[in-house]
Amino acid sequence: MTSWRNRDKDIDDELRGHLDMAARDRMERGEPRTDAEAAARREFGNVLTIQEVTRETWGWMWIERLGQDLRYATRLLRRNPGFTLVAVLSLALGIGANTAIFQVIDAIRLRTLPVANPGELAEVRLVDPDGMRGNFASWHSTLTTAIWEQIRLRQQGFSGVFATGAESFNLATGGEARRAQGLWVSGEYFRILGVQPAAGRVLSDADDRRGCAAQVVLSYPFWQRAYGGDRSVVGRTLTIEAKPVEIIGVAQAGFFGLEVGRSFDIALPICSEPVIRGGAGRLDSGTDWWLMVMGRVKPGWSVASATASLNTLSPALFNATLPANYPAVSVQRYRDFKLAAYEAGSGISLVREQYESPLWYLLGTAALVLMIACANLANLLLARASARQREFAVRLGLGASRGRIIRQLLTESLLLAGAGAVAGALLAITLSGTLLSFIKAADQSVVLDLAVDWRVLGFTALLAVLTCVLFGLAPALKATRGGTDNVIKGSGRGMTSDRERVGLRRALVVGQVALSLVLLVGALLFVRSLRNLLTIDPGFRAAGVVVAAIDMRQLGVPVEGRRAARLEMIDRIRALPGLESVAHADVVPLSGSSWGNDVWVEKDSSKRGVGAVFNRASRGYFNTLGIPIVAGRDFDPGLDTPATPLVAIVNEAFARTLLSGSAPVGAHFTVEATPSSPERTYQVVGLVKDAKYESLREDVAPGVFLADSQETRPGQRAQLLVRSSLPPDTVTAQITRSLAELNPHIGVTYTVMTTQIADTLVRERLMATLSGFFGGLAAALTLVGLYGVIAYTVARRTNEIGIRMALGAGRGAVLSMILREAGLLVSIGIAAGLALALAGGSAASTLLFGLKPDDPLTLACAAALLAAVALAASYLPARAASKIEPIVALRIE
Amino acid sequence: MAKTTRYQNRIELLQGTLDLLILQTLRWGPQHGYGVAQAIRANSSEVLQVDTGSLYPALHRLERRGWIAASWKVSDNKQRTRVYRLTAPGRRQLQSERSKWAQLVEAMGAVLSGTKRSDA
Repeated sequence: MTSWRNRDKDIDDELRGHLDMAARDRMERGEPRTDAEAAARREFGNVLTIQEVTRETWGWMWIERLGQDLRYATRLLRRNPGFTLVAVLSLALGIGANTAIFQVIDAIRLRTLPVANPGELAEVRLVDPDGMRGNFASWHSTLTTAIWEQIRLRQQGFSGVFATGAESFNLATGGEARRAQGLWVSGEYFRILGVQPAAGRVLSDADDRRGCAAQVVLSYPFWQRAYGGDRSVVGRTLTIEAKPVEIIGVAQAGFFGLEVGRSFDIALPICSEPVIRGGAGRLDSGTDWWLMVMGRVKPGWSVASATASLNTLSPALFNATLPANYPAVSVQRYRDFKLAAYEAGSGISLVREQYESPLWYLLGTAALVLMIACANLANLLLARASARQREFAVRLGLGASRGRIIRQLLTESLLLAGAGAVAGALLAITLSGTLLSFIKAADQSVVLDLAVDWRVLGFTALLAVLTCVLFGLAPALKATRGGTDNVIKGSGRGMTSDRERVGLRRALVVGQVALSLVLLVGALLFVRSLRNLLTIDPGFRAAGVVVAAIDMRQLGVPVEGRRAARLEMIDRIRALPGLESVAHADVVPLSGSSWGNDVWVEKDSSKRGVGAVFNRASRGYFNTLGIPIVAGRDFDPGLDTPATPLVAIVNEAFARTLLSGSAPVGAHFTVEATPSSPERTYQVVGLVKDAKYESLREDVAPGVFLADSQETRPGQRAQLLVRSSLPPDTVTAQITRSLAELNPHIGVTYTVMTTQIADTLVRERLMATLSGFFGGLAAALTLVGLYGVIAYTVARRTNEIGIRMALGAGRGAVLSMILREAGLLVSIGIAAGLALALAGGSAASTLLFGLKPDDPLTLACAAALLAAVALAASYLPARAASKIEPIVALRIE
Repeated sequence: MAKTTRYQNRIELLQGTLDLLILQTLRWGPQHGYGVAQAIRANSSEVLQVDTGSLYPALHRLERRGWIAASWKVSDNKQRTRVYRLTAPGRRQLQSERSKWAQLVEAMGAVLSGTKRSDA
């Protein structure tokens, strides 16, 4: 800064010296001092211009000009605090909403995993999962232990591979469960990911050998949370599923695993699965799909070449691992499985799968809101530019270049946009937190790091520049277009350039109306979708039902005693006061778990299977959930025992699909073989009404209920559905006490059924709430914009209106004239908006339920709503126009 | 009237020739801006009139290129003046500009004085 200030002074001195010398020469030749000085100055030319031209040879002018422009702009904005406040606030809201949504998208989609060279990571999985049979442990695609070990043995494209699986563990030894997010990891896991220990050591290849003892590595946050970061935990014991496990270390801070949105608490070697789970676990079953396999692609290899290599070795690999008990119908599919590598630098993420497309949609919505806000600002700046017309004309007349004035106007816009962006970025911190709490409402275990990184900052800066150009450029170009032609000719009322500017303002309002309509249509679609889902009849009554998930594994009850133990518990709970009914089921509807197999009717010789969903239930299940039994009977532990022929109850969808026409009760059907059971035939003893099974959105599938009293190998876990009119807290307290009296080692976890179902609608609720908010915001901004333009039109036409009224036009005529003008703008906007909404509707169709994006009622409602808002916005200025006194109006000119 | 005559005799400087004139003038020793202008006028017998609006931007342009260097001197009557002198690169530049100019003059002369070719 000082160097160019000095140079300014130097040039000043130098030119002054020149003038002095010239004057002195003339004086020496005998001219009087005053004449000499005047002549020297005349000969010299314009000192200021020469100064400026000389200075420009050094090229530092732009900094100085920028400084000048900024100072001038700041002064102007400070002189109009109302305008500045409105501008900065609306920009802050728009930019803040966009940034907040982008922050979450950045966290779940754009960021790579916080491990060394995440770009090298690739996942190995099946190309086509059709034909996988057995038990599936994860929402994500998985492989069996045998396949994982063969991949490790045979693969060539990776410098190293590892396997991992997620599972929730119970850390409590009885009573209410204390859940921890667990990871099964192969010995290579920490080494290949490059994760260092924060204390003790992490698991190594040597820790993962068949028959190993269980050892556990804690995550850094869990270590802080559960142990306060105490270093002496290393070597201590943690109880996991009632087994004492040695803590060998803590993983480095910032490492959360490979699933974005979820952080692991504890990691165990996969070889210790039998120790923790007891008995023949998933490690050697061959039909338990529980491991995800990843690796680092070798230097010189690509994901494509790794895939090619995996493809080549797939036949041998799957022939070698075919489990003996694989169902015959699926064996060929198994042999034909193909493995492929997929880029995995950003990990896997359930949150991403669920929320990515809604978030992009919301980002688009927020961007439209920002555009509407920009249109308002452009309108305000146009109005201001009209007011400053004389200033620009005078400056152009005095020799300022058009570029200079445009630059100065853009500096003003940039200052506004910059202030809006800073305020918006601050607002975004709160907003993104709110957004995250929305997502967490359904799943408390979601952990997302919303740190502001360069991408978020860049995004905000880009928004600031874009908005500045959007709202600042057109007014700046318009303001200077007239040049000096219409200088100082008066207010410019009625002149061409002015009419043009009104045209631009009208176009902006039409655009605002169109975009608002699109947003309102979106908002109504999502609100109505949510309403459809909330009011849909799932086929059962969830209100008043509490699910108690009981874990008897720590009791060590042998298989043959389990049914009796379960019955004892049900009886005890049923005896509690205030409970209406209790039943047991393997699958709680709409809880996220499911069980499916192919079935066919006995007489159908083609044995063509139809996919059916299964459940195993006790007597009273249908009564507890309020599902009517249409024909036949409920299960009866007295009649249906392991010794009697197998029975089933089916739903109406089953009867429609498989037993068309014939009486369902008494019919027989067959269930395909599975890895754990042979092909079996059942007799239908009852028919029940349809009820939703996996999702509220589904069409009810053929459903089969099996009798839990006929189960040959009952598990050690049970889900009891308890209906009561008492508050859920009272119910759960009673059950916990009663079970603890029976045996303190019984573990139990509760869910309120209505809450669980509501949690499946979080995404829909998010869309309805936020798009509703944005739709409202858009309508409000449009209201302001329309009001401004109509009020401006009225002000501009005061004179004309005065003449009309002097010539006998009535107030009603004036009112309707102004309203007609507003109505024309709004109609064009609504028509354009409807076209846009129809064109863009398909983008939202997958997120809707029970209605189509071109739903006529929704479109009509949105248009009517916007028309009402527009009428309100234009009524006030129109009324003001009708109140104009002709005399006053005519005097204005 | 002398003034009018001088005006009629004034020649618009060709683009780039002012730089050559400045460099040539400074070959005789350091000089301030006013001195440079006076010298050019005197050495051209008042034919070449240097516009101050071109002179100072030119001086600063040459300084920025490194062909001349400036320093402040205090003159006899205690006035701070900015004095320019030729630098080594400036000297080389002068040589090349001079030879270019000589070529131009020769070429112009040949064109202007050349006999008109006969049509035969």
